[in-house]
Amino acid sequence: MTKRILAVLANSVLALSMATGAAVLAAPAQGADEFVPAVVFDQGGKFDKSFNEAAYNGAERFKKETGIAYREFEITNESQREQAMRNMARRGASVIAAVGFSQTAAVDKVSREFPNTKFCLIDDKLELPNVQSVTFKEHEGSYLVGMLAAMASKTGKVGFVGGMDIPLIRNFLTGYEQGVKHVKADGEVITNMTGTTPAAWNDPTRGAELAKSQFGRGADIVFAAAGATGLGVLQAAVDSGKLGIGVDSNQNWVHPGHILTSMVKRVDVTVYDCMKTAKDGSWKAGHRVVGLKEEGVGYALDENNRKLVTPDMEKAVEEAKQQIIAGQLQVKPYQP
Amino acid sequence: MARGMAGKGFGMPGEVPGWVNYALLPLLNLLAAFVLSGLVILVIGENPLDVLALMVTEAVGYPEAIGYTLYYTTSYIFTGLAVAVAFHCGLFNIGGEGQAYMGGLGAGLVGLAMTGWPWPVVAVAAVLVSALFGAAWAWIPGWLQARRGSHIVITTIMFNFIAASIMTYLLVDVLIKPGQQSPETREFDPGTWLPSMDRALGWIGIEVAPSPLNLSFAWALACCALFYLFLWRTRWGYEIRTVGQNERAAVYAGISPSRNIVLAMLISGALAGFVGVNEILGVQHRLLLNFTGGVGFVGIAVALMGRNHPLGIILAALLFGMLAQGGGQVSFEYPTVNRELVMVIQGLVILFAGALENLFKPQVEALFRRPPKKNEGTRNEGRA
Amino acid sequence: MPDTPTTAPTPPALETRGVNKWFGANHANRDVSLAVPKGTIHGVIGENGAGKSTIMSIVYGYLPADSGAILVDGRPVAVKSPRDALAAGVGMVHQHFMLVDPFTVLENVLLGAEGGVTLAAGMERARAELVRLARDYGLEVDLDRPVGELPVGAQQRVEILKALYRGADILILDEPTGVLTPQETDHLFRILRALREQGKTIVIITHKLREIMELTDNVTVMRRGEVVANVRTAETSKEQLAELMVGRKVLLRVEKAPARPGPVVLEVSGLTVRDGSGVERVKGVGFSVRAGEIVGIAGVSGNGQSELLEALAGMRPVAGGSVRLRGEELADRPGLFNAKALRGLRVGHVPEDRQKVGLITSFEARENAILGHHDDQAYNGRVLMDRAAVLSRCEAEMEAYDVRPRDARLRAANFSGGNQQKIVLAREIERNPDLLLVGQPTRGVDIGAIEFIHKRLVRLRDEGKAILLVSVELDEIVSLSDRILVMFDGRLMGEVAPQDADERRMGLMMAGVEAAT
Repeated sequence: MTKRILAVLANSVLALSMATGAAVLAAPAQGADEFVPAVVFDQGGKFDKSFNEAAYNGAERFKKETGIAYREFEITNESQREQAMRNMARRGASVIAAVGFSQTAAVDKVSREFPNTKFCLIDDKLELPNVQSVTFKEHEGSYLVGMLAAMASKTGKVGFVGGMDIPLIRNFLTGYEQGVKHVKADGEVITNMTGTTPAAWNDPTRGAELAKSQFGRGADIVFAAAGATGLGVLQAAVDSGKLGIGVDSNQNWVHPGHILTSMVKRVDVTVYDCMKTAKDGSWKAGHRVVGLKEEGVGYALDENNRKLVTPDMEKAVEEAKQQIIAGQLQVKPYQP
Repeated sequence: MARGMAGKGFGMPGEVPGWVNYALLPLLNLLAAFVLSGLVILVIGENPLDVLALMVTEAVGYPEAIGYTLYYTTSYIFTGLAVAVAFHCGLFNIGGEGQAYMGGLGAGLVGLAMTGWPWPVVAVAAVLVSALFGAAWAWIPGWLQARRGSHIVITTIMFNFIAASIMTYLLVDVLIKPGQQSPETREFDPGTWLPSMDRALGWIGIEVAPSPLNLSFAWALACCALFYLFLWRTRWGYEIRTVGQNERAAVYAGISPSRNIVLAMLISGALAGFVGVNEILGVQHRLLLNFTGGVGFVGIAVALMGRNHPLGIILAALLFGMLAQGGGQVSFEYPTVNRELVMVIQGLVILFAGALENLFKPQVEALFRRPPKKNEGTRNEGRA
Repeated sequence: MPDTPTTAPTPPALETRGVNKWFGANHANRDVSLAVPKGTIHGVIGENGAGKSTIMSIVYGYLPADSGAILVDGRPVAVKSPRDALAAGVGMVHQHFMLVDPFTVLENVLLGAEGGVTLAAGMERARAELVRLARDYGLEVDLDRPVGELPVGAQQRVEILKALYRGADILILDEPTGVLTPQETDHLFRILRALREQGKTIVIITHKLREIMELTDNVTVMRRGEVVANVRTAETSKEQLAELMVGRKVLLRVEKAPARPGPVVLEVSGLTVRDGSGVERVKGVGFSVRAGEIVGIAGVSGNGQSELLEALAGMRPVAGGSVRLRGEELADRPGLFNAKALRGLRVGHVPEDRQKVGLITSFEARENAILGHHDDQAYNGRVLMDRAAVLSRCEAEMEAYDVRPRDARLRAANFSGGNQQKIVLAREIERNPDLLLVGQPTRGVDIGAIEFIHKRLVRLRDEGKAILLVSVELDEIVSLSDRILVMFDGRLMGEVAPQDADERRMGLMMAGVEAAT
C-alpha cells in the first residue's frame, strides 16, 4: 500500500514538473501586429440570455463576418476585473470590450498602463484618450415598453422585477413608470428587487416567485430587468397565463405569444461596432450616450409578439418614440 | 466506536505520527481532488496535466502571479482564522462573509473620512474600525446563541444577507459617488491607501512586480502569531478552548460558556473584518459591492483543512490562493475550461479537504500505527 | 500459562494464542493466551490499563492484533471487523450502550441486520425471534417502547438481545454492572446464568472482585498487558485475585481512626434543586458536615445525589433553602455561590463524571491540572500564562499521586481511569480545601488506585477537613464514612452510623421503604 502510494506520488510529481516545463516553453508571445479583439464579461456570464449574451452575440457576429477570433473572460470575483483586463492587454489584445459598469475602475486603471490598447466600456462613462465609453438611455426604451404594458393591461396594474437595487435598474424602473403613467394616470406599478447579492442576477426561481406574487396582487404584465433571473419571471408569466416583458436582448422568442415585447439594449451592436471600427481604423475615443434616436435602445416587435401588439398600441408607441426623438417628450432618467 | 473503546481500560490509543495527520492526509485529499478534477478535464477533451501545469505556473510561476496568489491568501488567512477561533469555542461561524463585508464598510468609512492623514495612521484606524464593525456583526448572532440558544449557523447565514442588504442600500442611496452608474464610493485619497507590497518593498530597495498584494499580508501573518498566543498561551484562550471542548467541564471550572461564546464570536468577526482592510484599503481604494466574493465561505474550508491551527491555516490559505489565482487564469488559455469548471475544481478541493477530510484517515492511520522495534518494549510503566 | 483450568476434550469456545498488541511504545497485550471453555462464564479481571479491554477489542475486531491468533471452537478465525466477529458467533455488549434513543427496541435490534429490502417483512420475523429469545433467557423488554424511555438495566438487555439476535454464541460484556443498581445487577446475573444453561459462553470483563466470585466459573487475571493467572473461581479468593491483579498485597478495607469532628463547615437546610427541565430533583434536604469528618450520601443512582452535589459546587442554581459555609449564608448570594467563587472560598470538588466534567480529555494533563484555577496569579503573567509554573505544578502533583505515565504533556484521554481520577483528585486536594465535595471517587478505577484514593481521603479528613462523599458503591460509603445519609427520590431517608449499616437495612432505605429513626 505504502509503496503504491509513493509510486503514484512520484509519477505525478514527475509528470507535473515535465508538464510545467513544457507549458512555459510553449507559451510564446502573440504576434505584435495581429488584430486580436477581446471581451471581458461581467459576473452574469456570457449565457445570461440578456445583457452579457447581447455582448457575446456582438462579438460572435464580428467573428463570423471577419473570421477573426476573439479572446474572452468571464469575471467570477471583484479582484479579477483588473487582472483580466491587464492580462488581455499584456497578451496583445488590440481592443478590449469591457461589459458592464462594474468594470469602470479596472478600465480606468489598466487603460492608463496600456495607452496603445483600445478599450470599450459599456454602461458607464469614462473620458480617456484610449477609452470609448457607451451608456444607454434605458429610461427611454423602458418608457415605451411601459406604455405597451399599460395599454395591454386589463387590471391597470403592471409588475416590475429588478435584479439588484442599483442605479442602472432604477433607471429602467423610472422610465417604465413614466411610460405606464403616460397611458394610464392611475396605473400602478408593483416593484420588487430580487436580492442584494450578485446571485440576484441569476436566480430564476426567486424571479418566478416574485412574479407570481405580483400576479397575485393584481398585475397581469411583468417587466423583468434582472438578467438570468428574468427567465424565471417570464416562465411564471407563461404559467400563470399573463404576459412578460423581456430585457436587453430581444427575448420575444423565449416564449412566443407570451412575451408582450422586449426592451432591447443594443449592447451587441455596440460591441460589434467597437471591434469593427477598431479593425478598420475608424475607432474613436470618447463618451457616447445612445437612446432611441441612435437606436441604442428600443422595443422589439417581431412575429413572436405580432398578435399581442394591436395596431392602435403600435401607433401610440411609435408616436411617443418620435416625440422623444424629437425632444418634444422628456423622459426623466434616474438621478443617483 | 471511539467512545466505546476509549471508555476505560483501553490503555493508550495508538497515536500516529503528527506529520501523518497534518501533512500526509491533507496531501492525499488534495491529490484525490486533483485526480477527480483531472478526469473532468479529460472528459471535456483537454489534457489535465497541461491544465494543471498551467494552473501552477499562473499561480506561482512569475512574480506578479505570486503577488496575486498571496493577495488572495491574505483574505483567506483572515477568514480561516475567523472560522477557526469560533471552532475552538465549538461554534460554526458561517457568517465570515457578512462580517468581512461589514469590516469593509468600516475600512471604507475610514478611507473616506481620513483624507489627508498619513497612511500609517489611516491603516491603524482602518484595522481598528474594521475589527469593530466585523465584531459587532458577529456579536449579535453570538449573543443570540449565548442567551437565547438561537443556532449560530442559522443566524450567521441570515446576517450575511442582512449585511448584503445594508451594503446595497448604503452604496446605492447614501455613499455612491454622484453622477456614476456603478454603486461605488469615490476613490480614497491616494495618500491614505495601504501601500502595496511592491511599493513597500521599493522603499527598502527591493523591486517586485506590481500586484494587489499589500501590507495587509504582513498583518495577516501577525494575526496568525497573535491567534496562536491568544488561544494557547493566555487564560482567555484557555477558557474559549475549554468551552469548545467540553461545556460541562467549563461550568465545573467556573467558566461562563455564554461569555466565552460571545467573546469568541467577537474575535471571529474582527478577524473576518480585516478582509476589508485588505480589499478596500489595500486594493480597491473605494467601497464597492460584493468585494468579498465568497472569502467567508472559503475560510471554512481553509480552517478545516488547516486543522484550525494557524500554521495549517497559512498553508491551506496558500493553497486556496493558488487555486483562485491559477484557476482563474486557466480560462484565459483554455476557453473550454470555463469558470464553472474552475469552480468545480475548487469545489472538489473543498469537498475533499473539508467535508471528506476523514476519507483516507482510517487506512492511512492503520498504515502508520506500527509498533516500534520489539526490543524497545521492555516491561514498561505506561510509556517512555 | 502454567495452569490452564480446562481439561475438557472439546476445544474451547474462544481461545487466543500469543496475542501481541502495541500502542506506540506501550505493549498493551503481551503474548496473551486464554481459553474459554464452552458453556461457561469466564471472568477477565485486571486493573485499568492491564489490557483486558484491548484483548477483547481484538477478539471483537475493533483492533487488529500485531501478532497471535484467535480461535473459535478450535478453528482459527480472521477477525478484521465486528462483522467478522459476529459471523464467527462472537457478540459484544459495550460499557457505553450503542443504541439509538428515539428508536424502539425492535428497531434498535434490527439496526444493521434489517434483512431484506422492505422493513416490514424483517420486522415480523425479528419480532417472533425476539419473543422467543426473551422467553428463553428472561430478557423481558417491551419491544415497542423507544429505547430512550427504558431504564438502564433494560437498555442493557436490549444490547444483549441485539447480540443474540445476530447469532452470537459467545457473548463478551465489558464492565456490564458499572451503571446498574444492585437489583438490576442481580437481574443481569440471572440472565447470564440462564444463557449459560442454554450452552452460551459468556466472557465478562470487570474489576469488581465480588462479581467475579459470585458469577464466574473461571477467571483470567491480567496485569500490565500480560495474563498472570488462569484459575478456577471456586479455587481462589478475593484476596488472592486482588493480589494477582495488583502484584502485591492489597488492603481491601479502609483502616482509619475514629473521627474527631470539629466545627460545622457546611450546613444545609431545606435545600431544593431543580434540573434543566424544571423537575425537582432535591426536595428539601438538610444536613451538616463538620471539619474532620466524612459524611457519605448513599443511594441508588438517579435519586438526586448528583444534583445535590452539583448545586453545592455552584454548578447549578438552587431553587430554595439555605446553604451555609463556615456559618456564612450562600444560597441567596449568586456572587459567592458559583463554581468560580466557591473555589476561592476553599471548596474543592471532585465531580462524579471525570471524563465529561472533571477533565477535558482532549487537553494535556498540565492543562487539566489548572482547570478551574487557570485564573490564579500563580499561573499567569500580565498577558501570557506562565507555562513553566503550570508544568511544574502538574509534575509535582503527578509525582505526589503517582500518576502514570508521568507525562504532563500527554492528553488526559490517554491516561487510564485511575490515573485520570488521580489527576482530578490531586488538583482538588492539593489546593488545601476546607470542604471537599467528592462524587464517585473510585468509579471505573482499578483496585490499586482505589486503595490510594481512599487513603488520601481519610488523610484529608485527619487533617481536619470536611468531606462530603457521594457514591453508589455501598461498600465504599460504609468503609469511608463517619456518618451515612441515605437519599431516595430527592429526600434524605435518614442517618446511619457505619457500624450499624448492614446491607439489608441500607437496601431498604435506598429503596425508599424504611426511614431510620
